[in-house]
Amino acid sequence: MTPLFTAADFFTLKPAIALCSVGCIVLFAEWAFRSRGAAAWVALFGELLTAYALWVHSADVAANGPRFALSNSMTIDGFSVFFGYIFVVSAILAIIISARYMEDEKSNRSEFYALMLFAQAGMTVMAQGYDLVTLFIGLELMALSFYVMVGFLRDELRSNEAAMKYLILGALSSGFLAYGFSILYGISGSTNLSEIADAVASRDLHDPILILAMVTTSVGLFFKISVVPFHMWAPDVYEGAPTPVTAYISVASKAASFALLMRIFLVPLVSAQEVWIPLLGGVALATMTLGNIAAITQNNLKRLLAYSSISHAGYILLGLVAGNETGLKGVSVYILVYMFMNFGVFALIAAMRRDGHAAEDIDDLGGLMGRHPGYAILMLILLLSLAGIPPTAGFYGKYFIFLGLLQAGQYFLAIVAALYVAVATYYYFRIIRAIFLSDGLEPATIAPGLGTKLALVASGVFTLVIGLYPEPFINMATNSILLALR
Amino acid sequence: MPVTTAHYLALSMALLIIGTVGVLTRRNIIVIMMSIELILNAVNINLVAFSHHLQNVNGQVFTIFVITAAAAEAAVGLGILIALFRNKETVHADEIDILRW
Repeated sequence: MTPLFTAADFFTLKPAIALCSVGCIVLFAEWAFRSRGAAAWVALFGELLTAYALWVHSADVAANGPRFALSNSMTIDGFSVFFGYIFVVSAILAIIISARYMEDEKSNRSEFYALMLFAQAGMTVMAQGYDLVTLFIGLELMALSFYVMVGFLRDELRSNEAAMKYLILGALSSGFLAYGFSILYGISGSTNLSEIADAVASRDLHDPILILAMVTTSVGLFFKISVVPFHMWAPDVYEGAPTPVTAYISVASKAASFALLMRIFLVPLVSAQEVWIPLLGGVALATMTLGNIAAITQNNLKRLLAYSSISHAGYILLGLVAGNETGLKGVSVYILVYMFMNFGVFALIAAMRRDGHAAEDIDDLGGLMGRHPGYAILMLILLLSLAGIPPTAGFYGKYFIFLGLLQAGQYFLAIVAALYVAVATYYYFRIIRAIFLSDGLEPATIAPGLGTKLALVASGVFTLVIGLYPEPFINMATNSILLALR
Repeated sequence: MPVTTAHYLALSMALLIIGTVGVLTRRNIIVIMMSIELILNAVNINLVAFSHHLQNVNGQVFTIFVITAAAAEAAVGLGILIALFRNKETVHADEIDILRW
C-alpha cells in the first residue's frame, strides 16, 4: 500500500504549511513576547520562511521541471512559483504598512497579521492547485480571511458595511463558481484539471451543458477579479476597508484570482478557446469602458483607485484574449508591475491623516509638493506608471498586451484599449495636479511610519527600475507562464 | 416513474435560480444568507447526483468540502452581521447605505 502522505507531498505543500503554522504562532505573539508590535515581526519571519520554500521550489522546477503531488491535486511549476513570489512581496508590503495604520486606528491586534498569512496560504493553494477541490478550498480560505480583514475596524460602520457587502457578493460568486465546478466534474467524472481538459476536448463546443459550466464558472471568476458586470462590490469594499487591506485585496487577491482564472481557462477549457475568447473580449471592453469613465468623477482616492483597478483588470484580461505568447507574457508582466505601482499609491494614502482620521480625498493631497517634495515625486512616478507612460514600469505591462493583441489580429480591441489610456491619463493627472499645482487650504498631515516609508521607496524604486531596465523582470515573468502552461 | 440523474439536475438548477433571485431581491440580510446556502446546496445536490451517476466517489468528497466552506461562510457572515448590528441596529440591506451600493 502506498503511503498517504509522502515526502514529495510535504515538499509541495511547504509554502502553505509555513504560512498556516506561522499564522497560528502569530496569534500568540502579542502574549508570548509581551509586546504589541511582535505579531508583525513574527509574520514577517513567516514571509521569509515562505520565500525560502518558494526558492527551493524554483530550484526544483529549474532542475526537474514541473511536478505533481498529493494524487495530482497540487503542482509545482514556474507559474505557481511566480505567483507565490507575488503573494510574498505583496504580503510583506501589506504587513509593513499595516503596523502604523492599525495603531492609529486603535486596532493593532495579532489576529490581523494571522489573517493576512492565512489569506496568503489560500492564495498559494490557488496558484498551486491542479484539482477543482484544492482550487475551491484555496479560494474559500483566501476569501474568508479577506471578509474578516475588511471588517477589522469593528467600531467603524463603513468597515462593517464593506465587509457585509463583500461577504454577500463574494459568497454568491463562490456559489456560482462551485456550481460550474460541479458540472465540470459531471462532464468528466474527475476533479483533476488535465482529465477535465480531455473530457472537454472530446465534447461538442456548443453542447449546452458545457456552455452552462463555462458560464457559471466565468461568473464566479469575473466576480473575483471584479470585471463588469460583476464589479459593483469593488468600489464599496475598497473605500470601506482599512487602507492596507485595500492594497492587499487590490493586488494579491486579484493576482490570485487571475492565477485561478488562467488555470481554469488555459488547462481544462483550453479546447473551448473559440467560445471564451469573444466572451472575455466583450467583458474586457465593457470593463475598460466603465472603469475608466466612472473613475473620472470620483473624489475619494480609494474609490478612484477601485475604478482604476477595475479598468486594469480589463487590460489584463485582454492578454488572455490575445491568447498568444506575447499576450500571456503581458499578463504576468502586468501583474508584476501592477503590484508595485498600486501598493506605492496605497502606502501613501495609508499615511495620510487629518484630525486623527484617515484622509482619503484627492484634495487632501493638495500642496504635497511644497511640504514633502520626496513623496510628491514618488507619487508622480507611481501615477505615471499606473497611466502607462513610458519611462515607468506600467508601460511594459500595456506594451506586451497591445503587441499581443496586434499579433493576434484583434485590431479593434487594441485601438480601443489604447484610446482608454488617454482617458486614464486624465484622471491620474487630476491627482498629479492636486499634488503639484493646488495648495491645500488645510493640508492633511502625512505621517508615515518606518515601514510605510520603506514600502513607498521600494515600490517607487521598482517601478522605475522595471521601467528603465526591464529585461530580467520580463524574462522572469515569461518563463513563469509560458513554460508552465504550454 | 423512477427518479433519474436528470431530475436531480433539474432540482439543483431550480435551487440555483431561487437562491440567486433571493440574493438579488430580498432586503433582509439573514434571508440573503439563507439564499446563498441554497446555492451551495444546489452545488451539493449536483455533486452527489453526478457522483452516484458516475459511480465515482470524488464528487462526494467535494461535497464535504463545500459543506465545510458553507458553514465557515455562515459563521463569518453572522459574525460580521453582529458587528454591524452593534453599530447600526438593522439587518436590512436598504438601510446599510453609507457606501453607495
